[in-house]
Amino acid sequence: MSEKTYTPGEHPDLPPPANLIGPVAWIRKNLLSTPTNIVMTVLAIWFLYEVVPAAVNWLFLDAAFTGENRDDCRAQASGACWAFISERMKLFTYGFYPIEERWRVNISFLLLIAAIVPVLFDKVPFRKFGLYFSCAFPFIAAWLLLGGYGLTPVETDKFGGFMLTLVIGVTGIAFSLPIGILLALGRQSQLPIIRVFSVSFIEFIRGVPLITLLFVASTMLNYFLPAGVTFDLLLRVLIMVTLFASAYMAEVIRGGLQAIPKGQFEAADAMGLKYWPAMRLIVLPQALKISIPSIVNTFIGLYKDTTLVIIIGLLDPLGIGRASLADTKWTGLSNEVYLFVAIFFFISCFGMARYSLYLENKLQTDHKR
Amino acid sequence: MSEAVTPQRNVVSRLWNDKETRSVIIQIIAIVLILGFFAYIIRNAMINLEAIGKGFSFKFLTQASSYDINQHFIEYNSRSSHFRAMLVGILNTILVAFCGIVLATILGFFLGVLRLSKNWLTSKLAYVYIEYVRNVPVLLHILLVYGLIVHSLPVPKQAWGLADTAFLTNRGLFSPKPLYEPLFWVVFALFVAAVIFSLWFRRYAQKVQDDTGYHYPVFWITVGAVIGLPGIAYFLLGSPITWEIPELKGFNYKGGMVIRPEFIALWIALSGYTAASIGEIVRSGIIAVNYGQTEAAAALGISRERTLNLVVIPQALRVIVPPLTSQYLNLTKNSSLAIAIGYMDIVATIGGISLNQTGREMECMSIVLILYLILSLLISAAMNWYNRSIKLVER
Repeated sequence: MSEKTYTPGEHPDLPPPANLIGPVAWIRKNLLSTPTNIVMTVLAIWFLYEVVPAAVNWLFLDAAFTGENRDDCRAQASGACWAFISERMKLFTYGFYPIEERWRVNISFLLLIAAIVPVLFDKVPFRKFGLYFSCAFPFIAAWLLLGGYGLTPVETDKFGGFMLTLVIGVTGIAFSLPIGILLALGRQSQLPIIRVFSVSFIEFIRGVPLITLLFVASTMLNYFLPAGVTFDLLLRVLIMVTLFASAYMAEVIRGGLQAIPKGQFEAADAMGLKYWPAMRLIVLPQALKISIPSIVNTFIGLYKDTTLVIIIGLLDPLGIGRASLADTKWTGLSNEVYLFVAIFFFISCFGMARYSLYLENKLQTDHKR
Repeated sequence: MSEAVTPQRNVVSRLWNDKETRSVIIQIIAIVLILGFFAYIIRNAMINLEAIGKGFSFKFLTQASSYDINQHFIEYNSRSSHFRAMLVGILNTILVAFCGIVLATILGFFLGVLRLSKNWLTSKLAYVYIEYVRNVPVLLHILLVYGLIVHSLPVPKQAWGLADTAFLTNRGLFSPKPLYEPLFWVVFALFVAAVIFSLWFRRYAQKVQDDTGYHYPVFWITVGAVIGLPGIAYFLLGSPITWEIPELKGFNYKGGMVIRPEFIALWIALSGYTAASIGEIVRSGIIAVNYGQTEAAAALGISRERTLNLVVIPQALRVIVPPLTSQYLNLTKNSSLAIAIGYMDIVATIGGISLNQTGREMECMSIVLILYLILSLLISAAMNWYNRSIKLVER
């Protein structure tokens, strides 16, 4: 075989030399290329050796999964006491929502998934009807959760746990985007009064922490309403969270608007389009596309900020966890509780971040380098 | 058929279709709505306050606060006024924000460089840290770190000692407290003089380099002046500082200086959280500098280290500083979460205990909001000034 001769250009490609491919070469290139690199690899491996086994032991191998109380757990094993979490799981999920009505929460959650899917993915069948449903969803969910019109009414102070996080997060996300778009357009507007109003609103909200706004909502807001009229605390919180997120959203979208070349606005004028059609058909689709990563980041920020409601006394998972820690049966298990809630937030926020990457790739219409 | 249209309607539609008048009309409507809204809520507030006989006044600020604050930099006790409590709160907020910004910047640059490292393992470790931290709420980080300190650090009796002078316990870090003797002001004056000298010297060295091309070792001369000079004076004057070392008395340490667990938890959690975002900002800033710049520097024969200092970092800073500013602002605003673990900042003092004791919601909350607005404005002003000073100077 080796005697075979080739005409020029016909010779098949030979495999690369053995020391340039395979795991050994990969290790040499990525872990051991220079002295500094070797030192860093050694340090990293030492760090992993110290941390990973200890963490795995505490989390799983030495952990107690059943038990009546803290001493029970400690007697069984030296690691985490997950029995606490599993005993309180229902509380973490539903808060103090009446037990016989919890099916309504479950149905709302399923409907939420059904409403989100057509928004997120454009290949689903019957997407158009799905989108109508998505628009109607907030009202259906409000009816299901609050009751009335044939269902037993449930007070909002019974809301809690992951359900409360989802209620605040989804409402905030759904309403902050349109308000943010309006504020961003207002800030770019030719009309001085609209512009001044938008700028002062945005800068005021961005200058103060959310927690002070929540305090305003919980202590002061009732003074500004006519005597006798009161708002529900959850509603006040929802309004504040939405306004807070919409100010940040406005800045993000303004970034997108500023990136649109002036020629696009002028072209829209030349086509004889009025202000709103020009914005809706030409400017906003481009501006929103550019700002998707930052919009999703703002959503993630809003979702994480829902935990702040514990400071004014609403019981989201963190609040439930802190309240449960006060129970003498389970005292001192703060690490378990906080880690559990952290995992919940990590999964939701990491998922949102991944989706934003997917969307960014999908909407990229210019040529990749 | 146009004659059938009444003149009145004609006028309205003409006004509406004229761009100038339409914008005036829209703005008049907007201002009437906005002013009407404010007038309405202020009227409501006045009626409501009248009804419970409260009024709106800041007189309560001079009353005795009658609560304690465990960390105070100015003289404070429970007989001090609410105004003084507010000052203590402001100082505590500024302290944690300042320390947090410093640590977050250092950690953030470190993380950003690690993320860019050629070493696969360290870069992935930094990635895991950044993703974990960014996807978990900051309040949870604060509570988690605080829980770790309170539950996992030893009680004072079994404190982790450092050479029997500093002790780490779940009640905080106890360290020796400097007691200044009269001669210490000489050392301090020398230090101030050295700082002023080095600021002047930097300008002078820059001028000499611009004129003649001669390069002074600015860094070493500065270090020598700022650290060496006061150091020598300190020993020549016979060490005019004595240290008060904390001692275990009963169940806790007495004397010395204590850094409270609330402060440590807030500081570590806030800086760790912000550092993750700063790390990503630094990474994208360094990537944004075209590789051709590094190659051009190499072609000019500039050493690797000076390429980084003189070519890459100044250009990366232009991309890094604007988002860095908003991270600093975020950190300052997030420090208000201190209230969850009982660190006495603005929100916990004037917006928390003072508010509950006096029932002056309106006044207290307006003070808190205005203070945060001022803080935010100051930080943005400082960072904008810095941003202008590093901006690209074009012809």
